[in-house]
Amino acid sequence: MHQRPSFWYAAPAFAFFALFAALPMVLVVVLSFTSWDGLGTPQPNGVDNWARLADDGQAYDAVGRTAILMVVSWLVQTPIALLIGVWAAGRQRSRAVLSSIFFLPLLLSTAAIALLWQVMLDPNFGVLQSLGGPLGDVQFLGNPSIVLYTVAFVITWQYVPFHTLLYQGAARAIPKTLYEAATIDGAGRVRQFFHITLPQLRYTIITSSILMIVGSLTTFDTVLILTNGGPGTASRIAPLHMYITGFSGFEMGYASTMAVLLVVVGTGLSLLVMRVTGFRSMTSQQEGA
Amino acid sequence: MFRRSRTHALITMVAMVAAVAACGTSGPAAGSGGGGSFKVWALQDPVLNPIEKTSVEGSGGTLETFGNDPYKQKLRVAIGSPNAPDVFFNWGGGNLKEYVDADKIADLTPLLDENPSLKSAFLPSVLDGAKINGKYYGLPMRGMQPVVLFYNKDVFSAAGATPPTTWDELLALVDKFKAAGVQPIALAGSQAWTELMWIEYLLDRIGGADVFKNIRDNGPAGWKDPAVLEAATKVKELVDRGGFGTNYASVGYDVGGASTILAQGKAAMHLMGSWEYVNQLGQSPDFVKNGKLGWVPFPTLPGGKGKPDTVVGNASNYYSVTSASKTLDASKKYVATALNDEKYVQSLIDAGDVPAVTGVKDKLAKAANSEYTTWIYELVEKASVFQLSWDQDLTADQSTKMLTQLQELFLGKTSPQAFVDALAAG
Repeated sequence: MHQRPSFWYAAPAFAFFALFAALPMVLVVVLSFTSWDGLGTPQPNGVDNWARLADDGQAYDAVGRTAILMVVSWLVQTPIALLIGVWAAGRQRSRAVLSSIFFLPLLLSTAAIALLWQVMLDPNFGVLQSLGGPLGDVQFLGNPSIVLYTVAFVITWQYVPFHTLLYQGAARAIPKTLYEAATIDGAGRVRQFFHITLPQLRYTIITSSILMIVGSLTTFDTVLILTNGGPGTASRIAPLHMYITGFSGFEMGYASTMAVLLVVVGTGLSLLVMRVTGFRSMTSQQEGA
Repeated sequence: MFRRSRTHALITMVAMVAAVAACGTSGPAAGSGGGGSFKVWALQDPVLNPIEKTSVEGSGGTLETFGNDPYKQKLRVAIGSPNAPDVFFNWGGGNLKEYVDADKIADLTPLLDENPSLKSAFLPSVLDGAKINGKYYGLPMRGMQPVVLFYNKDVFSAAGATPPTTWDELLALVDKFKAAGVQPIALAGSQAWTELMWIEYLLDRIGGADVFKNIRDNGPAGWKDPAVLEAATKVKELVDRGGFGTNYASVGYDVGGASTILAQGKAAMHLMGSWEYVNQLGQSPDFVKNGKLGWVPFPTLPGGKGKPDTVVGNASNYYSVTSASKTLDASKKYVATALNDEKYVQSLIDAGDVPAVTGVKDKLAKAANSEYTTWIYELVEKASVFQLSWDQDLTADQSTKMLTQLQELFLGKTSPQAFVDALAAG
């Protein structure tokens, strides 16, 4: 009989979690029922913040923008990362070289990436602008109806390599025997992809999707540096709205209310994705294994 | 306007790197120093820091400096905690008022009453920037930063134009430059405070200084004053007329976008704080040295209620003393003696600043860039009102909301009426 490890094995992890995740979260919940401008002591104000949130058009808009960003980055990143990942799982040398180049954005910090794209897209002195052509006149960062997609593009550029890496590893773990059997049965490459590779990558797709969804819910630094929510509020997504409320307006209580909402939505979404996809059952994808 | 000094800092760093190098490092002073010595907090600024350091340490204090963006947050957290500074750099106005209301700041009025010569050492309009509820809570510790209209002389002479003195002339110039294929006015519209300067001046020219004073003192309902709507309408007209070109929404000031197109002649005018001069001197030295950079006061608006000599901008930065300071007397003594000290003032002038100290015109005239600095000095000296930038004069939450609405107005996403309604709703 295999003996389960004692609870004490998990104690350090629990302690860290309690101190650095649970405790701050509790404090934020407490703050969300107060009015505090950072000076003096927080004044309890009941559910005022929550009533205000229910009534705050800008907060709704910000959440809407986050939703758009989430959907767009998932829709764009998943197929790209999946295809490149599967391709890069091959063992030829050319793929290794190309993959290494492709993974370069992973080595750059978010701040560097945001600044880089800001300079590239500058309307007067940007690279695109100086190249001329039809793209030179597009206001990628200045047009309120385009800017959110520009942000999604930059985030995609930054994170596709990471998700590609996930898919590459998972694709390499698929047993060769499956493909050999399929070849004997006469299945072509396309059928092999849809009937073996995709089903085998199912849990990787779910993991990567949860990372993307929760990631776009908390994306902040890229937008802060790239657009600071602008022009106007066109790219002011929920976390940035929270930051501006808290650290420019110093309405810490109200900003905490938004933070609680984000935590609840984020947790809810990842639970939902797991339930819908049956991730929790952890059944094997291989017959007989 | 908290970000402005950073640009100022970055640019002057380039221009005056030699000066800084000669003065040694200017990083944060180490730790707490000797017992009883007071602690001063200021913003990182390669030009000012060595001057501040000499002054503070000469009086037995220690100087700690912070990067621009975290400064306000750090100050918020520190004040009221045992780690609070004894003396700190601030912008005066409503920003300082929040600390005063929380009872964190020492009243300097008795100090000024005891020393009439100290009070008369500073320009009254600037000293008033830190006057809250009739009491003084800070003393100016650096140069004045009024907002003025800069222009490119080459572009003007090519178009046969003269700088505008009235609003109508400005509008006529917009059409003229547009026809000539030049962007009439450079605007770093990705940062709301650059847009703020326009409506600050317009509201003052239209309705006088009392309109904003009422908003600040009596709450958001004051935005309903008809003068606000008129100012917002004039902003919209200027935007719709093509005054700022088409791509201002993503032009930034910190990266030098707006200043560069002015220097390169792609734009004709640029409304900016007085630091723009030092900025241009660093980025486009030939443009300034060949005398191609011109400057005039903001145009007047005939028929408006405001006094035509009013200026807006940052009057100065101030040193305030925290009321819980353990070295209250030493800290007060420092701000009372060091800021109008002859040597301190002279070093400010040498660094290109225009100190808010009375009677320095002769000194300015002898220093470098005297044509510009004496003009700035006279502009402020003659001004009947120095309106502090709204984002510093309102409380942080009101100012954040106002800047958001203002950007929407400049983008055309909000009508002038909706702008007023949103602000009045608080």
